[in-house]
Amino acid sequence: MNGMVLQVEGLTKLYGRGCGRCVASTGPGPADNTCPHCGTVVACAGVSFEVGPGEVLGVVGESGSGKSTVAACLSFDTEPSSGAARFARFGGRDIFAADAAERRRLRDFDIGIVYQTPQQGLDLDVTAGGNVAERLLAAEWRHIGGMRDRASQLLSRAEIPVSRMDEAPRHFSGGMRQRVQLARALANRPALLILDEPTTGLDVSVQARILDLIRDIQRETGVATVVISHDLGVVRLLTERALVMRHGRVVEAGLTDQILEDPQHPYTQLLVNSAV
Amino acid sequence: MTVDELLRDAVPGLGNGPGYNYAFLDELSKRELRRKTLKAVSIPGHQVPFGSREMPLARGWGTGGLQLSLSLVGPGDTYKAIDQGADASVNAVNMRSLVSRMAEVETTLDARDATIVQTRHRIPEEPLRGDQILVFQVPIPEPLERVEPRISRARRMHAERDYSKMWLFLYESVAKHGEVTVGARYPVVVNGSYLMDPSPIPRWDVPKLHHAPNLALFGAGREKRIYAVPPHTSVEPLEFEDYRFRVESFPRGAHCRRCGSDDTFLDELTDERSGETYFTCSDTSFCDRRLEERR
Ligand SMILES: Nc1ncnc2c1ncn2[C@@H]1O[C@H](COP(=O)(O)OP(=O)(O)OP(=O)(O)O)[C@@H](O)[C@H]1O
Ligand SMILES: [Mg+2]
Ligand SMILES: [Zn+2]
Repeated sequence: MNGMVLQVEGLTKLYGRGCGRCVASTGPGPADNTCPHCGTVVACAGVSFEVGPGEVLGVVGESGSGKSTVAACLSFDTEPSSGAARFARFGGRDIFAADAAERRRLRDFDIGIVYQTPQQGLDLDVTAGGNVAERLLAAEWRHIGGMRDRASQLLSRAEIPVSRMDEAPRHFSGGMRQRVQLARALANRPALLILDEPTTGLDVSVQARILDLIRDIQRETGVATVVISHDLGVVRLLTERALVMRHGRVVEAGLTDQILEDPQHPYTQLLVNSAV
Repeated sequence: MTVDELLRDAVPGLGNGPGYNYAFLDELSKRELRRKTLKAVSIPGHQVPFGSREMPLARGWGTGGLQLSLSLVGPGDTYKAIDQGADASVNAVNMRSLVSRMAEVETTLDARDATIVQTRHRIPEEPLRGDQILVFQVPIPEPLERVEPRISRARRMHAERDYSKMWLFLYESVAKHGEVTVGARYPVVVNGSYLMDPSPIPRWDVPKLHHAPNLALFGAGREKRIYAVPPHTSVEPLEFEDYRFRVESFPRGAHCRRCGSDDTFLDELTDERSGETYFTCSDTSFCDRRLEERR
Protein backbone atom coordinates (compact mmCIF):
# COMPACT_ATOMS: atom_id res chain seq x y z
CA MET A 1 0.00 0.00 0.00
CA ASN A 2 3.07 2.25 -0.36
CA GLY A 3 2.96 2.88 3.36
CA MET A 4 -0.53 4.37 3.17
CA VAL A 5 -3.13 3.71 5.87
CA LEU A 6 -6.13 3.98 3.59
CA GLN A 7 -6.54 4.01 -0.18
CA VAL A 8 -10.02 4.76 -1.50
CA GLU A 9 -10.63 4.14 -5.17
CA GLY A 10 -13.68 4.96 -7.25
CA LEU A 11 -16.06 5.13 -4.30
CA THR A 12 -19.59 5.46 -5.65
CA LYS A 13 -22.92 5.48 -3.88
CA LEU A 14 -26.26 5.68 -5.68
CA TYR A 15 -29.58 6.06 -3.90
CA GLY A 16 -32.19 4.67 -6.28
CA ARG A 17 -32.64 2.00 -8.92
CA GLY A 18 -30.02 3.35 -11.31
CA CYS A 19 -30.39 3.29 -15.09
CA GLY A 20 -26.83 2.95 -16.37
CA ARG A 21 -26.67 6.60 -17.34
CA CYS A 22 -26.83 8.03 -13.81
CA VAL A 23 -23.12 8.70 -13.27
CA ALA A 24 -22.59 10.14 -16.75
CA SER A 25 -25.63 12.40 -16.42
CA THR A 26 -24.73 13.95 -13.06
CA GLY A 27 -21.86 15.80 -11.44
CA PRO A 28 -20.34 19.28 -11.70
CA GLY A 29 -21.05 19.53 -15.47
CA PRO A 30 -24.83 19.08 -15.26
CA ALA A 31 -24.55 20.76 -11.83
CA ASP A 32 -26.82 18.20 -10.23
CA ASN A 33 -26.52 14.91 -8.36
CA THR A 34 -29.91 13.57 -9.41
CA CYS A 35 -30.13 11.50 -12.58
CA PRO A 36 -32.50 13.25 -15.05
CA HIS A 37 -33.45 9.87 -16.57
CA CYS A 38 -34.39 7.86 -13.53
CA GLY A 39 -34.27 10.16 -10.52
CA THR A 40 -31.49 8.22 -8.78
CA VAL A 41 -29.37 10.34 -6.43
CA VAL A 42 -25.67 9.97 -7.15
CA ALA A 43 -24.51 10.83 -3.64
CA CYS A 44 -20.88 10.30 -4.60
CA ALA A 45 -19.10 8.83 -7.60
CA GLY A 46 -15.51 7.99 -8.48
CA VAL A 47 -14.16 9.37 -5.23
CA SER A 48 -10.49 8.42 -4.76
CA PHE A 49 -7.98 9.50 -2.15
CA GLU A 50 -5.38 8.17 0.22
CA VAL A 51 -4.39 8.91 3.79
CA GLY A 52 -0.92 8.27 5.15
CA PRO A 53 0.19 7.50 8.70
CA GLY A 54 -0.28 10.47 11.01
CA GLU A 55 -1.86 12.44 8.22
CA VAL A 56 -5.01 14.56 8.38
CA LEU A 57 -6.98 14.76 5.15
CA GLY A 58 -9.72 17.37 4.69
CA VAL A 59 -12.92 16.94 2.71
CA VAL A 60 -14.75 20.18 1.96
CA GLY A 61 -17.83 20.97 -0.04
CA GLU A 62 -21.25 22.49 0.21
CA SER A 63 -24.24 20.80 1.76
CA GLY A 64 -25.33 17.74 -0.20
CA SER A 65 -22.01 17.34 -2.02
CA GLY A 66 -21.57 13.80 -0.69
CA LYS A 67 -19.12 14.26 2.20
CA SER A 68 -21.11 12.32 4.81
CA THR A 69 -21.81 9.60 2.28
CA VAL A 70 -18.08 8.96 1.98
CA ALA A 71 -17.86 8.73 5.79
CA ALA A 72 -20.93 6.49 5.97
CA CYS A 73 -19.40 4.04 3.50
CA LEU A 74 -16.07 3.91 5.34
CA SER A 75 -17.81 3.21 8.65
CA PHE A 76 -20.15 0.58 7.15
CA ASP A 77 -23.24 2.65 7.89
CA THR A 78 -24.17 2.34 4.23
CA GLU A 79 -23.14 -0.05 1.50
CA PRO A 80 -21.29 1.58 -1.44
CA SER A 81 -22.56 0.86 -4.96
CA SER A 82 -19.00 0.36 -6.19
CA GLY A 83 -15.42 1.19 -5.36
CA ALA A 84 -12.80 -0.10 -2.97
CA ALA A 85 -11.14 1.02 0.24
CA ARG A 86 -7.89 -0.75 0.95
CA PHE A 87 -6.90 -0.50 4.59
CA ALA A 88 -3.49 -1.26 6.07
CA ARG A 89 -4.95 -2.66 9.31
CA PHE A 90 -6.96 -5.07 7.17
CA GLY A 91 -3.84 -6.44 5.54
CA GLY A 92 -4.21 -3.95 2.69
CA ARG A 93 -7.43 -5.63 1.59
CA ASP A 94 -10.65 -3.90 0.52
CA ILE A 95 -12.84 -3.37 3.58
CA PHE A 96 -16.01 -3.41 1.44
CA ALA A 97 -15.27 -7.06 0.67
CA ALA A 98 -15.11 -7.91 4.40
CA ASP A 99 -17.69 -10.32 5.82
CA ALA A 100 -20.00 -9.43 8.70
CA ALA A 101 -17.62 -10.57 11.44
CA GLU A 102 -14.65 -8.75 9.87
CA ARG A 103 -16.71 -5.60 9.47
CA ARG A 104 -17.66 -5.68 13.10
CA ARG A 105 -14.04 -6.07 14.07
CA LEU A 106 -13.00 -3.19 11.85
CA ARG A 107 -15.75 -1.04 13.31
CA ASP A 108 -15.02 -2.03 16.89
CA PHE A 109 -11.25 -1.74 16.78
CA ASP A 110 -9.87 -0.05 13.72
CA ILE A 111 -12.10 2.76 12.50
CA GLY A 112 -13.33 5.46 14.88
CA ILE A 113 -15.95 7.95 13.80
CA VAL A 114 -17.36 11.16 15.20
CA TYR A 115 -20.73 11.79 13.60
CA GLN A 116 -22.18 15.05 12.42
CA THR A 117 -24.93 14.82 15.06
CA PRO A 118 -24.21 13.40 18.54
CA GLN A 119 -27.38 11.32 18.59
CA GLN A 120 -25.98 9.32 15.64
CA GLY A 121 -22.86 8.44 17.57
CA LEU A 122 -24.05 8.32 21.18
CA ASP A 123 -26.85 6.84 23.18
CA LEU A 124 -27.84 10.05 24.93
CA ASP A 125 -29.48 8.13 27.78
CA VAL A 126 -26.47 5.96 28.55
CA THR A 127 -23.85 7.56 30.82
CA ALA A 128 -20.86 9.27 29.20
CA GLY A 129 -18.62 6.58 30.69
CA GLY A 130 -20.99 3.90 29.39
CA ASN A 131 -20.84 5.33 25.87
CA VAL A 132 -17.06 4.93 25.96
CA ALA A 133 -17.23 1.58 27.77
CA GLU A 134 -19.49 0.18 25.05
CA ARG A 135 -16.53 0.30 22.65
CA LEU A 136 -14.34 -1.42 25.25
CA LEU A 137 -17.01 -4.05 25.87
CA ALA A 138 -17.18 -4.69 22.13
CA ALA A 139 -13.43 -5.27 22.35
CA GLU A 140 -14.13 -7.81 25.10
CA TRP A 141 -13.02 -5.86 28.13
CA ARG A 142 -14.68 -7.52 31.11
CA HIS A 143 -13.23 -5.64 34.07
CA ILE A 144 -15.36 -2.72 35.24
CA GLY A 145 -12.54 -1.05 37.17
CA GLY A 146 -10.25 -1.26 34.15
CA MET A 147 -12.92 0.10 31.83
CA ARG A 148 -13.71 2.96 34.16
CA ASP A 149 -10.03 3.86 34.35
CA ARG A 150 -9.69 3.89 30.60
CA ALA A 151 -12.98 5.76 30.09
CA SER A 152 -12.04 8.43 32.62
CA GLN A 153 -8.63 8.85 30.95
CA LEU A 154 -10.26 9.29 27.57
CA LEU A 155 -12.99 11.57 28.85
CA SER A 156 -10.64 13.81 30.76
CA ARG A 157 -8.37 13.95 27.71
CA ALA A 158 -11.46 15.14 25.82
CA GLU A 159 -11.96 17.73 28.58
CA ILE A 160 -15.04 16.14 30.12
CA PRO A 161 -14.75 16.37 33.91
CA VAL A 162 -14.45 12.85 35.33
CA SER A 163 -17.05 13.85 37.91
CA ARG A 164 -19.60 13.78 35.09
CA MET A 165 -18.77 10.39 33.62
CA ASP A 166 -21.80 8.79 35.24
CA GLU A 167 -24.18 11.36 33.78
CA ALA A 168 -26.06 10.88 30.53
CA PRO A 169 -25.01 13.15 27.61
CA ARG A 170 -28.66 14.14 27.22
CA HIS A 171 -27.84 16.70 29.90
CA PHE A 172 -24.64 17.85 28.18
CA SER A 173 -24.08 20.84 25.90
CA GLY A 174 -23.49 20.27 22.18
CA GLY A 175 -19.75 20.78 22.57
CA MET A 176 -19.53 18.30 25.42
CA ARG A 177 -21.47 15.72 23.43
CA GLN A 178 -18.98 16.01 20.56
CA ARG A 179 -16.15 15.55 23.03
CA VAL A 180 -17.78 12.39 24.41
CA GLN A 181 -18.03 11.16 20.82
CA LEU A 182 -14.34 11.84 20.36
CA ALA A 183 -13.43 9.92 23.54
CA ARG A 184 -15.59 7.03 22.38
CA ALA A 185 -14.14 7.02 18.87
CA LEU A 186 -10.61 6.79 20.28
CA ALA A 187 -11.40 4.10 22.87
CA ASN A 188 -9.80 1.18 21.06
CA ARG A 189 -6.91 3.11 19.50
CA PRO A 190 -8.20 3.07 15.92
CA ALA A 191 -5.87 3.27 12.93
CA LEU A 192 -8.31 5.61 11.17
CA LEU A 193 -10.39 8.41 12.64
CA ILE A 194 -13.23 9.99 10.70
CA LEU A 195 -14.58 13.33 11.89
CA ASP A 196 -17.79 14.38 10.12
CA GLU A 197 -18.45 18.06 10.80
CA PRO A 198 -17.13 17.78 14.35
CA THR A 199 -17.83 21.41 15.17
CA THR A 200 -20.82 22.30 13.02
CA GLY A 201 -23.61 23.93 14.94
CA LEU A 202 -21.44 24.89 17.91
CA ASP A 203 -20.65 28.38 19.17
CA VAL A 204 -17.52 29.86 17.69
CA SER A 205 -15.65 29.84 21.01
CA VAL A 206 -16.64 26.23 21.67
CA GLN A 207 -15.59 25.34 18.12
CA ALA A 208 -12.12 26.76 18.63
CA ARG A 209 -11.58 24.72 21.78
CA ILE A 210 -12.67 21.51 20.12
CA LEU A 211 -10.50 22.14 17.09
CA ASP A 212 -7.48 22.63 19.36
CA LEU A 213 -8.38 19.46 21.19
CA ILE A 214 -8.69 17.49 17.96
CA ARG A 215 -5.36 18.79 16.74
CA ASP A 216 -3.59 17.93 19.98
CA ILE A 217 -5.09 14.46 20.26
CA GLN A 218 -4.36 13.75 16.62
CA ARG A 219 -0.72 14.70 17.15
CA GLU A 220 -0.41 12.67 20.32
CA THR A 221 -1.94 9.54 18.86
CA GLY A 222 -0.73 9.93 15.31
CA VAL A 223 -3.99 8.45 14.09
CA ALA A 224 -4.64 8.87 10.37
CA THR A 225 -7.63 11.20 10.18
CA VAL A 226 -10.24 12.32 7.68
CA VAL A 227 -11.90 15.61 8.62
CA ILE A 228 -15.11 16.46 6.83
CA SER A 229 -16.38 20.01 6.93
CA HIS A 230 -18.11 22.61 4.84
CA ASP A 231 -16.05 25.16 6.80
CA LEU A 232 -12.79 26.10 5.09
CA GLY A 233 -11.47 27.47 8.38
CA VAL A 234 -11.71 24.05 9.99
CA VAL A 235 -9.95 22.40 7.08
CA ARG A 236 -7.25 25.09 6.99
CA LEU A 237 -6.56 24.64 10.69
CA LEU A 238 -6.46 20.86 10.81
CA THR A 239 -5.29 19.51 7.48
CA GLU A 240 -2.31 19.45 5.18
CA ARG A 241 -4.12 17.97 2.20
CA ALA A 242 -7.72 18.32 1.14
CA LEU A 243 -10.36 17.30 -1.39
CA VAL A 244 -13.05 19.61 -2.65
CA MET A 245 -16.34 17.88 -3.46
CA ARG A 246 -19.29 19.09 -5.45
CA HIS A 247 -22.37 17.24 -6.68
CA GLY A 248 -20.87 13.97 -5.52
CA ARG A 249 -17.49 14.38 -7.28
CA VAL A 250 -14.02 15.39 -6.24
CA VAL A 251 -13.42 18.58 -8.23
CA GLU A 252 -10.07 19.51 -6.76
CA ALA A 253 -7.45 17.87 -4.57
CA GLY A 254 -4.06 18.87 -3.24
CA LEU A 255 -2.24 20.66 -0.46
CA THR A 256 -4.72 22.58 1.63
CA ASP A 257 -2.78 25.83 1.61
CA GLN A 258 -2.35 25.69 -2.14
CA ILE A 259 -6.02 25.01 -2.71
CA LEU A 260 -6.99 27.89 -0.49
CA GLU A 261 -4.47 30.34 -1.91
CA ASP A 262 -4.67 29.40 -5.55
CA PRO A 263 -7.88 27.53 -6.22
CA GLN A 264 -8.01 26.02 -9.72
CA HIS A 265 -11.60 24.90 -10.04
CA PRO A 266 -14.20 27.68 -10.43
CA TYR A 267 -16.28 26.18 -7.68
CA THR A 268 -13.34 26.20 -5.26
CA GLN A 269 -12.65 29.79 -6.24
CA LEU A 270 -16.22 30.64 -5.38
CA LEU A 271 -15.99 28.76 -2.12
CA VAL A 272 -12.74 30.46 -1.12
CA ASN A 273 -13.88 33.92 -2.15
CA SER A 274 -17.19 33.66 -0.32
CA ALA A 275 -15.39 32.51 2.82
CA VAL A 276 -13.03 35.46 2.86
CA MET B 1 -63.90 -22.81 25.00
CA THR B 2 -63.19 -23.72 28.59
CA VAL B 3 -61.88 -27.03 29.77
CA ASP B 4 -65.18 -27.85 31.39
CA GLU B 5 -67.07 -27.20 28.18
CA LEU B 6 -64.64 -29.37 26.28
CA LEU B 7 -64.97 -32.21 28.69
CA ARG B 8 -68.65 -31.89 29.54
CA ASP B 9 -69.98 -34.69 27.36
CA ALA B 10 -66.81 -36.58 26.95
CA VAL B 11 -66.01 -39.81 28.68
CA PRO B 12 -62.53 -40.70 27.49
CA GLY B 13 -62.07 -44.33 26.56
CA LEU B 14 -65.77 -44.92 26.00
CA GLY B 15 -67.54 -45.17 22.66
CA ASN B 16 -68.94 -41.66 22.58
CA GLY B 17 -65.35 -40.34 22.55
CA PRO B 18 -64.10 -37.06 23.85
CA GLY B 19 -64.66 -33.79 22.02
CA TYR B 20 -60.91 -33.27 21.79
CA ASN B 21 -57.82 -35.10 20.68
CA TYR B 22 -55.57 -36.88 23.17
CA ALA B 23 -53.65 -34.18 25.07
CA PHE B 24 -55.87 -31.52 23.53
CA LEU B 25 -53.59 -30.62 20.59
CA ASP B 26 -54.20 -32.28 17.24
CA GLU B 27 -51.44 -34.59 16.04
CA LEU B 28 -50.16 -32.17 13.42
CA SER B 29 -49.69 -29.45 16.01
CA LYS B 30 -47.88 -31.85 18.29
CA ARG B 31 -45.64 -32.90 15.45
CA GLU B 32 -44.76 -29.29 14.69
CA LEU B 33 -44.01 -28.64 18.35
CA ARG B 34 -41.80 -31.72 18.57
CA ARG B 35 -39.92 -30.78 15.42
CA LYS B 36 -39.36 -27.27 16.69
CA THR B 37 -38.30 -28.68 20.03
CA LEU B 38 -35.74 -30.91 18.32
CA LYS B 39 -34.42 -27.91 16.46
CA ALA B 40 -34.24 -25.93 19.70
CA VAL B 41 -32.33 -28.77 21.36
CA SER B 42 -29.88 -28.89 18.46
CA ILE B 43 -29.13 -25.16 18.72
CA PRO B 44 -28.93 -24.58 22.48
CA GLY B 45 -30.28 -21.20 23.55
CA HIS B 46 -31.50 -20.25 20.08
CA GLN B 47 -35.11 -19.11 19.82
CA VAL B 48 -37.13 -21.16 17.35
CA PRO B 49 -40.45 -19.77 16.10
CA PHE B 50 -43.50 -22.04 16.27
CA GLY B 51 -47.18 -21.74 15.44
CA SER B 52 -48.66 -21.09 18.86
CA ARG B 53 -52.17 -22.62 19.09
CA GLU B 54 -55.31 -21.34 20.75
CA MET B 55 -55.46 -22.91 24.17
CA PRO B 56 -58.23 -23.02 26.72
CA LEU B 57 -56.20 -20.44 28.65
CA ALA B 58 -55.46 -16.82 27.86
CA ARG B 59 -52.11 -16.18 26.20
CA GLY B 60 -49.69 -14.87 28.73
CA TRP B 61 -50.89 -17.48 31.21
CA GLY B 62 -48.34 -20.11 30.34
CA THR B 63 -49.70 -21.36 27.02
CA GLY B 64 -46.16 -21.81 25.67
CA GLY B 65 -45.13 -24.12 28.48
CA LEU B 66 -48.47 -25.89 28.34
CA GLN B 67 -48.17 -26.59 24.61
CA LEU B 68 -44.70 -28.02 25.16
CA SER B 69 -45.95 -30.27 27.97
CA LEU B 70 -48.91 -31.46 25.89
CA SER B 71 -46.65 -32.29 22.95
CA LEU B 72 -44.39 -34.35 25.24
CA VAL B 73 -46.83 -36.08 27.54
CA GLY B 74 -47.92 -39.69 27.01
CA PRO B 75 -49.31 -42.64 28.95
CA GLY B 76 -47.00 -43.45 31.84
CA ASP B 77 -45.86 -39.89 32.39
CA THR B 78 -46.23 -38.14 35.71
CA TYR B 79 -46.80 -34.41 35.59
CA LYS B 80 -46.02 -31.69 38.11
CA ALA B 81 -46.84 -28.00 37.79
CA ILE B 82 -45.56 -25.19 39.97
CA ASP B 83 -46.14 -21.47 39.94
CA GLN B 84 -43.34 -19.50 41.64
CA GLY B 85 -42.52 -22.67 43.54
CA ALA B 86 -46.07 -23.41 44.70
CA ASP B 87 -48.10 -26.40 43.53
CA ALA B 88 -51.24 -24.95 45.06
CA SER B 89 -51.40 -21.65 43.17
CA VAL B 90 -54.33 -21.18 40.80
CA ASN B 91 -52.16 -21.30 37.70
CA ALA B 92 -50.47 -24.53 38.75
CA VAL B 93 -53.74 -26.15 39.80
CA ASN B 94 -55.30 -25.27 36.43
CA MET B 95 -52.33 -26.67 34.52
CA ARG B 96 -52.45 -29.88 36.52
CA SER B 97 -56.14 -30.42 36.10
CA LEU B 98 -55.98 -29.63 32.41
CA VAL B 99 -53.09 -31.98 31.65
CA SER B 100 -54.37 -34.80 33.86
CA ARG B 101 -57.82 -34.69 32.30
CA MET B 102 -56.78 -34.27 28.70
CA ALA B 103 -53.81 -36.62 28.66
CA GLU B 104 -55.03 -38.97 31.38
CA VAL B 105 -51.75 -38.97 33.26
CA GLU B 106 -50.86 -39.06 36.90
CA THR B 107 -49.90 -35.86 38.60
CA THR B 108 -47.65 -35.37 41.58
CA LEU B 109 -46.47 -32.72 43.97
CA ASP B 110 -43.15 -34.48 44.53
CA ALA B 111 -40.49 -33.34 42.04
CA ARG B 112 -38.75 -36.74 42.41
CA ASP B 113 -41.76 -38.58 41.02
CA ALA B 114 -42.41 -36.32 38.03
CA THR B 115 -41.30 -37.07 34.48
CA ILE B 116 -42.35 -33.60 33.34
CA VAL B 117 -42.16 -30.56 35.60
CA GLN B 118 -43.83 -27.48 34.19
CA THR B 119 -42.89 -24.30 35.96
CA ARG B 120 -43.49 -20.61 36.13
CA HIS B 121 -40.56 -18.58 37.52
CA ARG B 122 -38.80 -21.22 39.67
CA ILE B 123 -36.70 -24.37 39.46
CA PRO B 124 -37.46 -26.99 42.12
CA GLU B 125 -34.96 -27.21 44.99
CA GLU B 126 -34.73 -30.97 44.44
CA PRO B 127 -32.01 -31.54 41.80
CA LEU B 128 -33.59 -33.03 38.70
CA ARG B 129 -32.40 -36.19 36.96
CA GLY B 130 -31.65 -37.06 33.36
CA ASP B 131 -34.98 -38.84 32.92
CA GLN B 132 -36.92 -35.71 33.78
CA ILE B 133 -37.84 -32.70 31.62
CA LEU B 134 -38.23 -29.21 32.99
CA VAL B 135 -40.66 -27.03 31.00
CA PHE B 136 -40.63 -23.28 31.58
CA GLN B 137 -43.46 -20.86 30.96
CA VAL B 138 -41.79 -17.83 29.41
CA PRO B 139 -43.30 -14.35 29.15
CA ILE B 140 -40.46 -12.66 27.20
CA PRO B 141 -38.13 -14.99 25.29
CA GLU B 142 -35.83 -12.27 23.93
CA PRO B 143 -33.01 -11.44 26.35
CA LEU B 144 -32.08 -8.40 24.25
CA GLU B 145 -35.56 -6.95 24.62
CA ARG B 146 -34.24 -4.90 27.54
CA VAL B 147 -31.65 -3.17 25.38
CA GLU B 148 -32.92 -3.39 21.79
CA PRO B 149 -36.64 -3.03 21.12
CA ARG B 150 -36.26 -3.61 17.37
CA ILE B 151 -36.56 -7.35 16.78
CA SER B 152 -34.68 -7.25 13.47
CA ARG B 153 -31.68 -5.65 15.19
CA ALA B 154 -31.84 -8.13 18.07
CA ARG B 155 -31.79 -11.03 15.60
CA ARG B 156 -28.78 -9.61 13.88
CA MET B 157 -27.00 -9.26 17.22
CA HIS B 158 -27.70 -12.93 17.93
CA ALA B 159 -26.45 -13.90 14.48
CA GLU B 160 -23.20 -12.03 15.14
CA ARG B 161 -23.10 -12.96 18.87
CA ASP B 162 -22.82 -9.22 19.41
CA TYR B 163 -23.94 -8.83 23.00
CA SER B 164 -22.12 -5.62 23.90
CA LYS B 165 -25.46 -3.83 24.41
CA MET B 166 -26.37 -6.33 27.12
CA TRP B 167 -22.96 -5.99 28.72
CA LEU B 168 -23.42 -2.24 28.62
CA PHE B 169 -26.73 -2.63 30.42
CA LEU B 170 -24.89 -4.41 33.23
CA TYR B 171 -22.09 -1.82 33.19
CA GLU B 172 -24.66 0.96 33.56
CA SER B 173 -26.21 -0.85 36.48
CA VAL B 174 -22.83 -0.91 38.26
CA ALA B 175 -22.08 2.73 37.32
CA LYS B 176 -25.40 3.90 38.75
CA HIS B 177 -26.00 1.56 41.67
CA GLY B 178 -22.60 0.15 42.51
CA GLU B 179 -23.70 -3.38 41.67
CA VAL B 180 -25.55 -5.40 39.06
CA THR B 181 -29.16 -4.95 40.09
CA VAL B 182 -30.70 -7.40 37.62
CA GLY B 183 -32.76 -9.91 39.59
CA ALA B 184 -35.12 -12.15 37.68
CA ARG B 185 -34.44 -12.83 33.98
CA TYR B 186 -30.69 -12.73 34.51
CA PRO B 187 -29.04 -13.00 31.06
CA VAL B 188 -27.03 -16.17 30.48
CA VAL B 189 -24.85 -17.52 27.67
CA VAL B 190 -25.72 -21.06 26.63
CA ASN B 191 -23.08 -23.46 25.35
CA GLY B 192 -20.65 -20.54 24.99
CA SER B 193 -22.73 -19.14 22.17
CA TYR B 194 -26.23 -17.67 22.36
CA LEU B 195 -27.47 -15.20 24.93
CA MET B 196 -30.63 -16.56 26.56
CA ASP B 197 -33.36 -15.35 28.86
CA PRO B 198 -33.78 -18.04 31.53
CA SER B 199 -37.35 -16.73 32.17
CA PRO B 200 -38.10 -14.78 35.36
CA ILE B 201 -36.47 -17.27 37.73
CA PRO B 202 -34.52 -15.71 40.60
CA ARG B 203 -30.73 -15.56 40.29
CA TRP B 204 -30.79 -18.34 42.91
CA ASP B 205 -31.96 -20.80 40.26
CA VAL B 206 -29.60 -19.79 37.46
CA PRO B 207 -26.67 -22.02 38.55
CA LYS B 208 -29.05 -25.02 38.54
CA LEU B 209 -29.26 -24.76 34.75
CA HIS B 210 -25.49 -25.12 34.33
CA HIS B 211 -24.60 -28.66 33.24
CA ALA B 212 -27.93 -29.94 34.56
CA PRO B 213 -28.54 -33.63 33.75
CA ASN B 214 -32.13 -32.84 32.70
CA LEU B 215 -33.42 -31.27 29.51
CA ALA B 216 -34.83 -27.77 29.99
CA LEU B 217 -37.38 -26.48 27.48
CA PHE B 218 -38.70 -22.94 27.33
CA GLY B 219 -42.01 -22.02 25.72
CA ALA B 220 -43.35 -18.52 25.07
CA GLY B 221 -46.94 -18.82 23.82
CA ARG B 222 -47.70 -15.19 23.18
CA GLU B 223 -44.33 -14.55 21.53
CA LYS B 224 -44.41 -17.91 19.69
CA ARG B 225 -40.89 -19.01 20.55
CA ILE B 226 -39.34 -22.23 21.86
CA TYR B 227 -35.79 -22.62 23.09
CA ALA B 228 -33.88 -25.25 25.00
CA VAL B 229 -30.92 -26.15 27.16
CA PRO B 230 -30.00 -29.77 26.46
CA PRO B 231 -28.64 -31.94 29.29
CA HIS B 232 -25.06 -31.28 30.42
CA THR B 233 -24.82 -27.92 28.66
CA SER B 234 -23.00 -24.91 30.03
CA VAL B 235 -25.19 -22.01 31.13
CA GLU B 236 -23.13 -19.05 32.26
CA PRO B 237 -24.51 -15.81 33.66
CA LEU B 238 -22.89 -12.65 32.28
CA GLU B 239 -20.43 -11.38 34.88
CA PHE B 240 -17.49 -9.03 35.11
CA GLU B 241 -14.08 -10.03 36.44
CA ASP B 242 -14.50 -7.61 39.33
CA TYR B 243 -18.30 -7.86 39.71
CA ARG B 244 -19.11 -11.53 39.86
CA PHE B 245 -22.56 -13.03 39.44
CA ARG B 246 -24.10 -13.70 42.84
CA VAL B 247 -27.30 -15.41 43.88
CA GLU B 248 -29.69 -13.63 46.22
CA SER B 249 -28.60 -13.53 49.82
CA PHE B 250 -30.97 -13.58 52.74
CA PRO B 251 -30.44 -11.82 56.06
CA ARG B 252 -28.15 -13.64 58.46
CA GLY B 253 -30.04 -16.35 60.27
CA ALA B 254 -32.99 -16.27 57.87
CA HIS B 255 -34.69 -19.64 57.65
CA CYS B 256 -38.04 -21.10 56.68
CA ARG B 257 -40.58 -20.65 59.46
CA ARG B 258 -42.22 -23.95 58.56
CA CYS B 259 -39.39 -26.40 57.92
CA GLY B 260 -36.39 -24.51 59.26
CA SER B 261 -34.37 -24.66 56.01
CA ASP B 262 -31.70 -22.04 55.54
CA ASP B 263 -30.40 -23.44 52.25
CA THR B 264 -33.46 -22.91 50.06
CA PHE B 265 -34.85 -19.91 48.20
CA LEU B 266 -37.02 -18.07 50.71
CA ASP B 267 -40.04 -15.81 50.29
CA GLU B 268 -40.19 -12.91 52.69
CA LEU B 269 -43.57 -12.42 54.33
CA THR B 270 -45.06 -10.24 57.02
CA ASP B 271 -46.99 -11.61 59.93
CA GLU B 272 -50.27 -9.72 59.84
CA ARG B 273 -50.78 -9.80 63.58
CA SER B 274 -47.33 -9.01 64.90
CA GLY B 275 -46.11 -7.08 61.85
CA GLU B 276 -42.88 -9.09 61.97
CA THR B 277 -41.22 -10.33 58.82
CA TYR B 278 -40.52 -14.01 58.43
CA PHE B 279 -39.49 -16.39 55.68
CA THR B 280 -40.85 -19.54 54.13
CA CYS B 281 -39.52 -21.81 51.39
CA SER B 282 -40.67 -20.72 47.97
CA ASP B 283 -40.72 -24.39 46.87
CA THR B 284 -43.73 -25.58 48.86
CA SER B 285 -43.46 -29.32 48.14
CA PHE B 286 -39.83 -29.38 49.12
CA CYS B 287 -40.77 -27.55 52.32
CA ASP B 288 -43.53 -30.07 53.07
CA ARG B 289 -41.12 -32.93 52.65
CA ARG B 290 -38.47 -31.39 54.90
CA LEU B 291 -41.13 -30.78 57.48
CA GLU B 292 -42.20 -34.41 57.25
CA GLU B 293 -38.62 -35.63 57.57
CA ARG B 294 -37.94 -33.49 60.63
CA ARG B 295 -40.96 -34.77 62.50
N1 LIG C 1 -30.49 7.69 2.60
C1 LIG C 1 -30.52 8.52 1.54
N2 LIG C 1 -31.46 8.35 0.59
C2 LIG C 1 -31.48 9.17 -0.49
N3 LIG C 1 -30.62 10.18 -0.68
C3 LIG C 1 -29.68 10.39 0.24
C4 LIG C 1 -29.58 9.57 1.41
N4 LIG C 1 -28.54 10.01 2.15
C5 LIG C 1 -28.03 11.07 1.48
N5 LIG C 1 -28.70 11.28 0.34
C6 LIG C 1 -28.40 12.31 -0.66
O1 LIG C 1 -27.08 12.18 -1.05
C7 LIG C 1 -26.52 13.45 -1.29
C8 LIG C 1 -25.25 13.61 -0.48
O2 LIG C 1 -25.58 13.65 0.90
P1 LIG C 1 -24.49 13.80 2.04
O3 LIG C 1 -25.19 13.67 3.33
O4 LIG C 1 -23.38 12.87 1.75
O5 LIG C 1 -24.00 15.28 1.84
P2 LIG C 1 -23.03 16.17 2.74
O6 LIG C 1 -21.98 16.66 1.83
O7 LIG C 1 -22.61 15.42 3.92
O8 LIG C 1 -23.99 17.37 3.15
P3 LIG C 1 -24.09 18.19 4.51
O9 LIG C 1 -22.99 19.22 4.44
O10 LIG C 1 -25.43 18.81 4.45
O11 LIG C 1 -23.92 17.25 5.64
C9 LIG C 1 -27.60 14.47 -0.94
O12 LIG C 1 -28.23 14.85 -2.14
C10 LIG C 1 -28.53 13.69 -0.07
O13 LIG C 1 -29.83 14.19 -0.19
MG1 LIG D 1 -22.87 15.67 5.99
ZN1 LIG E 1 -30.36 7.15 -13.93
